[in-house]
Amino acid sequence: MNQITLTLMKVAFLAVLWLFVIAAAGVIRADLWGSKAAAKAQRPRQAAQPARPPRQAAAPRVRRAEPTKLVITEGARAGTTMDLVGTEITMGRSNDVTLPLGDDYSSGRHARLFSQNGQWFVEDLGSTNGTFLGRAKVSRPEPVPVGVPIRIGKTVIELRK
Amino acid sequence: MTSAAAEPEVQIATRPRRSAQLAMLIFAMVITIAGFAQVGLARDGSLPTGMYGYGAGLGVLVAISYVVVARFAPYADPLLLPLAVFLNGIGLAMIYRLDLGTSRDVQLARAQGKNPTGLWASAPNQLMWTALSIAAFAAVIVLLREIKVLQRYMYTIGAVGLFFLALPGFLPSSISGSLGAKIWIRLGPFSIQPSEFSKLALVAFFAGYLVNKRQALSIVGKKIGPLNLPRARDLGPILVIWVLTLGVLALENDFGTAILFFGLFVSMLYIATERFMWVAIGGLLLAFASALTPFIPHVQQRINIWLDPKSYFDGGCQVGNKIINQIQTVAACHAKGGTYIADSGQLMRGLFSLGQGGVLGTGLGQGEPWRTPYSFSDFIFTSFGEELGLTGAMVILIVYALIVQRGMKAALATKDNFAKLFAGGVSFVFALQVFVIVGGVTRLIPLTGLTTPFLAQGGSSLLANWILIALLIRISDTARRPAPQPIQDEGMTQVVRTQ
Repeated sequence: MNQITLTLMKVAFLAVLWLFVIAAAGVIRADLWGSKAAAKAQRPRQAAQPARPPRQAAAPRVRRAEPTKLVITEGARAGTTMDLVGTEITMGRSNDVTLPLGDDYSSGRHARLFSQNGQWFVEDLGSTNGTFLGRAKVSRPEPVPVGVPIRIGKTVIELRK
Repeated sequence: MTSAAAEPEVQIATRPRRSAQLAMLIFAMVITIAGFAQVGLARDGSLPTGMYGYGAGLGVLVAISYVVVARFAPYADPLLLPLAVFLNGIGLAMIYRLDLGTSRDVQLARAQGKNPTGLWASAPNQLMWTALSIAAFAAVIVLLREIKVLQRYMYTIGAVGLFFLALPGFLPSSISGSLGAKIWIRLGPFSIQPSEFSKLALVAFFAGYLVNKRQALSIVGKKIGPLNLPRARDLGPILVIWVLTLGVLALENDFGTAILFFGLFVSMLYIATERFMWVAIGGLLLAFASALTPFIPHVQQRINIWLDPKSYFDGGCQVGNKIINQIQTVAACHAKGGTYIADSGQLMRGLFSLGQGGVLGTGLGQGEPWRTPYSFSDFIFTSFGEELGLTGAMVILIVYALIVQRGMKAALATKDNFAKLFAGGVSFVFALQVFVIVGGVTRLIPLTGLTTPFLAQGGSSLLANWILIALLIRISDTARRPAPQPIQDEGMTQVVRTQ
């Protein structure tokens, strides 16, 4: 190995190190504003979607099954999922409930979900703004079917299988 | 199926970015292997045999980690894993390079009938610890599906963390001591540095504690001048644990770690409450603590070296009003009738190393970084400074900065308060650790022995940092996962994938 080769190798290695940093910056940039490749990859997928046969619509039977999950679909904690274990889940703004909602429009202890013989019920705990199951205000414990939204303040909760 | 058309546009920030992650991982592996190749070509003029073994070993580990992340945390930040692999890889290449030198020295000493003792660079050990660390990384990602689980056990985690932090201080020096600091637990061939793990445990504890108390800490309190002082009972538990931690560390003679834990508490209080008063209180406590340093000889030595390293090169001995250099032992100094002050040999050699490197460095395998004691662990940054120069050292610092930035980004993006505080805390403590050790070896601040994350040889540090990356990946995956869509038509669709 002569000195020139070694020097060239050294400089090339440093250049590759900086390329790594630049590539990392590129990944961050794509994260912030999206990249052209990603936008292209999204488009065909969306176009292909309507072509898919509506498999679920063809099956008219509706299996009544117990929900196993609670999902927050809207509100400050949207995206939170929780397994339905135990018999009671309290919800509200305060931190000592089972499921804190972080929602300023909910009461400290707002509502509770409880299960009886495998059926989940929702009960309002005297909240200020009320609890809604679908469109109806909950005034006494009501059974909660799968997929019907429970509205508490700005938060929407669903039970899912 | 009209609802499909009405669906909102897919958000670009919250889609899986596996291909970007894979490309960056391959890039990091290419750099590692190029590093090995360069070491061999510069030293022996041929590709080193180690390149294939270590390259394949690391490659398999990286593939495993990629599959685990793609399967169990698909929405995770695409950069965290490649950045960690990059640092671990070039660290391994540097340790391999130093190992080639030291193992020859060790063989020579053995041939002369001597029995060499002490620590030296060992690339096989580092690769073994990398394997263990990536196994732990995968285990954390697979088993810990929700970071909030840690919140449930916060008092247990805090107590265990504090116990292991304190343990070496109460063990005899033969088990726990090394170079004046008592921070190890040595069992047979294995030695672990529990403070590396306690760091994560205490961040988890503080995050859990502050989630419950943040409002009391930020709102309630007396106002004195511009400062808003909290109530004593809100402050109490934090002060107690702070005094305990610092007491433990004074007992162990390791002030780098003390600074790290102190900075951790102050920063987490600040993140939780958004009150500047916590930084002010922290500054006051730090000023008070630094006023005590003249009474602690171990720390006073470090400060002497920092202020004036030239006088103490290879051991400084004060005889009368003069300081004599190159008196390496306390006994030799006493024989001259002087008082031994400090030895700045290691720091000075590290600085020579950096100077030798200059802007472009000597090139991997072409410098002499092994002249600095502990050039493979505490002083690995100066080894890189010598062989890669300022240009390469800056890449390393930028990669550290990117890891911290991705961690803070995950903290900002997540909705859960506990995860927010946890991610913010670990990112800050990671940044502080890099600052303390790199600042120490470059003589910006007094030198304290902290490990350089991912680069330095050492099992505990590698293991703890890989677990830290796993936790950040888990948090960023939860944060970037798109919220489930509400079910539009109850009668038609009942089965919904939420994971």
